[in-house]
Amino acid sequence: MNIPSQITTLLAGIVLTLVSFWYGQNHDLLPISASVESIRIDSLFNLMMTIGTGIFLLVIGVLVYSAFKFRRQPGDDSDGPPVHGNIPLEILWTAIPAIMVLGISILSFDIYNDNGGADPMDHSMAHGKASHQMATMPGSAMAGTLMAQADPNQQKAAEVNQDPTTAAIREDLPQKKDAPTLGTVSPKIGGAEPGAPEFVVNVAGMQYAWLFTYPGTEVVAGELHVPINQKVLVNITANDVIHAFWVPQFRLKQDAVPGRQTEVRFTANRLGEYPLICAELCGAYHGAMNTKVVVESAEDVQKWIQSQQVASAEGLSKAVATTPATMTETEYLAPYAKEVGISADTLKQLHSDHHSMS
Amino acid sequence: MTQAAEFQEQANLPAHGTEPDKGDWRKYFGFSTDHKVIGIQYLVTTFIFYLVGGVLATMVRTELATPESDFVSREVYNSLFTVHATVMIFLWIVPAGTGGFGNYLIPLMIGARDMAFPRLNAIAFWIIPPAGILLMSSFLVGAPGSGWTSYPPLSLMNGKPGELIWILSVLLLGTSSILAAVNFIVTIFKMRIPGMGLNQMPLFCWAMLATSFLALIATPVLAGAMILLSFDLMVGTNFFNPTGGGDPIVYQHMFWFYSHPAVYIMILPVFGMISEIVSVHSRKPIFGYKAIAYSSIAICGLGLIVWAHHMFTSGTPPWLRMFFMITSMIIAVPTGIKVFSWLATIWGGKLRLESPLLFAMGFISLFVIGGISGVMVASVPWDIHVHDTYFIVAHLHYVLFGGSVFGLYAAFYHWFPKMTGRMLNETWGKIHFALSYVGFNLAFMPMHKLGIEGMNRRIAEYDPKFASLNLLCTIGAYLLAISTLPFLVNVCWSWVYGEKASDNPWRGLTLEWMTTSPPPVENFEADPVLATGPYDYGMGSRATEVDVPFSDASDPALSAGPSSTLRAKPDPAVAVSPSDRVGESHNR
Amino acid sequence: MTGSTLDSAKTVLNHHPEEDVVVAHGVEHHDFRLLGIIVFLVAEGMIFLGLFMAYFTFRSVAPTWPPEGTPRLELLLPGINTAILVSSSFVIHNADTAIKKNDVKGLRLWFGITAAMGAIFLSGQLYEYFHLEFGLTTNLFASTFYVLTGFHGLHVLFGLMLILGVLWRSLKPDHYNTNSHFGVEAAEVYWHFVDVIWVILFLLLYIL
Repeated sequence: MNIPSQITTLLAGIVLTLVSFWYGQNHDLLPISASVESIRIDSLFNLMMTIGTGIFLLVIGVLVYSAFKFRRQPGDDSDGPPVHGNIPLEILWTAIPAIMVLGISILSFDIYNDNGGADPMDHSMAHGKASHQMATMPGSAMAGTLMAQADPNQQKAAEVNQDPTTAAIREDLPQKKDAPTLGTVSPKIGGAEPGAPEFVVNVAGMQYAWLFTYPGTEVVAGELHVPINQKVLVNITANDVIHAFWVPQFRLKQDAVPGRQTEVRFTANRLGEYPLICAELCGAYHGAMNTKVVVESAEDVQKWIQSQQVASAEGLSKAVATTPATMTETEYLAPYAKEVGISADTLKQLHSDHHSMS
Repeated sequence: MTQAAEFQEQANLPAHGTEPDKGDWRKYFGFSTDHKVIGIQYLVTTFIFYLVGGVLATMVRTELATPESDFVSREVYNSLFTVHATVMIFLWIVPAGTGGFGNYLIPLMIGARDMAFPRLNAIAFWIIPPAGILLMSSFLVGAPGSGWTSYPPLSLMNGKPGELIWILSVLLLGTSSILAAVNFIVTIFKMRIPGMGLNQMPLFCWAMLATSFLALIATPVLAGAMILLSFDLMVGTNFFNPTGGGDPIVYQHMFWFYSHPAVYIMILPVFGMISEIVSVHSRKPIFGYKAIAYSSIAICGLGLIVWAHHMFTSGTPPWLRMFFMITSMIIAVPTGIKVFSWLATIWGGKLRLESPLLFAMGFISLFVIGGISGVMVASVPWDIHVHDTYFIVAHLHYVLFGGSVFGLYAAFYHWFPKMTGRMLNETWGKIHFALSYVGFNLAFMPMHKLGIEGMNRRIAEYDPKFASLNLLCTIGAYLLAISTLPFLVNVCWSWVYGEKASDNPWRGLTLEWMTTSPPPVENFEADPVLATGPYDYGMGSRATEVDVPFSDASDPALSAGPSSTLRAKPDPAVAVSPSDRVGESHNR
Repeated sequence: MTGSTLDSAKTVLNHHPEEDVVVAHGVEHHDFRLLGIIVFLVAEGMIFLGLFMAYFTFRSVAPTWPPEGTPRLELLLPGINTAILVSSSFVIHNADTAIKKNDVKGLRLWFGITAAMGAIFLSGQLYEYFHLEFGLTTNLFASTFYVLTGFHGLHVLFGLMLILGVLWRSLKPDHYNTNSHFGVEAAEVYWHFVDVIWVILFLLLYIL
């Protein structure tokens, strides 16, 4: 057997390590990072990239080296050495990967928790601010008593729907409850910064648009505006099929599931416009179901909301004048459709499809 | 110097078939119960479906060559990738690996005359062509377009006939897979030659045992999901429809309880075949036989408890996310054992660098990339970013194409002489390898970056900033499509005019090489024997010292030579080497 | 390198005594068929397990279970039905004992009784279906109820047909005897399986 001398092996090892470390930091694969949550996720990826590059180079190195070094000589029909295996070596390459994946698991767990992952208290706490905002709204007292015995998911649904604008755009679906053994049915992701959210937005996914409502403002918009450096909570659900709320620059994704209230929390830390993408196949126009999230100063967000209120006042008064109950969904959604950039025809077609099938 | 293969062949002269099979082509179109005929029926049928799936994939990539949706309508595009995935999984890789090579090789490798239930075997095969044709026919009525995952409620809203056809064909193919699994389990446990204990089986048999258990346990749950989905679709029940109080997440659990193990159903047989090929063509014993064998079983067990890692962003509570992250990560360990053992097998061998080994080494290099990205996506925080993006598309193709399909090609080149009695052309084999290796990496490597940057999957139109990388992928896909042609021509030409193959052209030790090429109807004249172990290349007695760190021939736990406890031993009753004639013969 | 000579005495093992030689090509191996059935039943069991877990999850995450307005299930008739099906498992076992003593008459008697009990079970099931106040699509509970019991009912029907098939074959002289009675065993194993599934189903749907 031909083993390279100790020195060559050592040198190869050092080069491999250096290249892995260099590439792990300079792979240029990640998009811009625009949220506090993404910082640690990126460092996790860099670490995995470093280890991955090392393993990849090791395997490819062995294969390429063998292909040249151990090629059979013409005319040599004899067998190689009878090497059948070696328990110490097996233990070595069982233990090292095991330690690596356990390390990555622990780190991932840690980052997940840091990003607001597994804190059971969060679920109820998160709405403190939101309910406070809505306390002045009619009907909240009754909803409050209902909420007392309800389940987190149903409670959240009731709470979110206290905002009449939100309730108007959301399909009224039976809400799941938490199962004793399976745990919460309304998972969430994100929220690296502790404490109650400072800015709440509700969103409903539907074929093929996201409709955002800003509680207490009567604004319905097709895009998400959030203030920079504030803890943002986005309450997500879907009206028809499953969608997924994804902002690559935030490194956060959460499915929007009909009948469940999920949420994403983040603190955006970079001004700009980023794509907001539906990441779960939702039908023919899935590829077109994207919009943008605008990270701007708190004042700019307020200004934008005011401009939206002026614009939607018209649509809303129309809606009040003609009782919503007698309107079809298409008619009711038409004013918002303009907002989200779908033509009224598309909307009509989509909804007639939707109704004829369900 | 006499070699191991000659000992094995001499000892098996009494078992050696006398008359190679005549090869009347008509039997391949009938209800034959011969496992070799059924195996070839599987391989040819599934390869045809592979070509169909490849055409669909090429159409998908054509659509994606430009950012606009301009080649087919969006609905048709969704059908293209839905049917592409369904065909590749259910009609190509699963039946080719288990049904095709499994059927052909398992009885030969364990020295049996046929499978335990030959008629059941034929039935399992004959379910496949109608199910495949049924699936194709869906294009006439509006093919299913909800992805191969077919998540409700979307799958309940798209065209009903297409969706129903999809459900029916998946149910049929699942049934076929279960029947085949029952057959393999009974065959492997009950029909080994006397003298072949479980720890003396070729590694492909271990892999098929693990695969069959997975198919047996996981596939029925998919059938359950399909039954409920069809009720929702046709009768209007609300199992998965949230409007009526149903829960779409339950479908996802049931679906992935099968569909994650399905990945192992697709890759484990290939692992087994790679172990055979790497050892034969490196002229060295497989490194760590028992470690590889038992890691197959570990993958089988762990594979059943990782499914929810496909659902990290859906309705999965935190503790489930964590549990499934850790189990998914642990699967990397037995997989790593296999990869490192293959490398150690190659290291220091006398490599016959022809098509089978080229594809096997190509398999290792590509599968490792899929494995590394697999560990990445097992990590919850990272998966939440890349779930449902092109990063996943890249990962799964590195596992299923760079892994399974390259492995299947290696197997085609390795066992073609046994199956047909003729050699494949080596030059065309090398061209095939070079084209597919370059085309594959060109098509799928850039997808990693696309996904991380923000391109989601299953979309007909995308942000123009991704245009240049996508064009590269499309060019790679075309190259990959073209790379199939040399193989097709090579197989068709060689089958008829190829150079005649000897009975044991690669000088292998496993029992399928101990009879004629192609083998006679009942494989052997008498029961073959294990005069050498299945991987005893280089022979040597138990006192042989080899040049491996930590090795000590006198201690079986440390030894790397023939006295190693990890080795697959010959049958002591007939062993060539006197030092192997100790202990009791198994399975007698 | 050692052992370059073959021990010819050892290779004689290649020639096996007649009884070891596998039965003719294309014929199922008698000894393995029961194992095959049992392995297949593992798969069958997994379908039911999958459906049970689905039921369990639906139940766990539904706001109220059974959904409001679902009438209570009558327990008397299904209870009697359960008793009949469970005792039929003991009855069918007598048939197995009988054929092991080469008593074909006993086999016919016990299989006949089992078939009758199975038929009563199925009729009871149908009677219940026709007298329930909810239909297949009334609500999620109703749907799971019908699909689970219906799917099980199909298995009972199949088991019943197996039993009748064995009965029919037992009319041929010496079709079943002490040494060869795979059909009897297969039908019995299958019947026990159907029985066990029913007990779980009954607990899940009626009692819990």
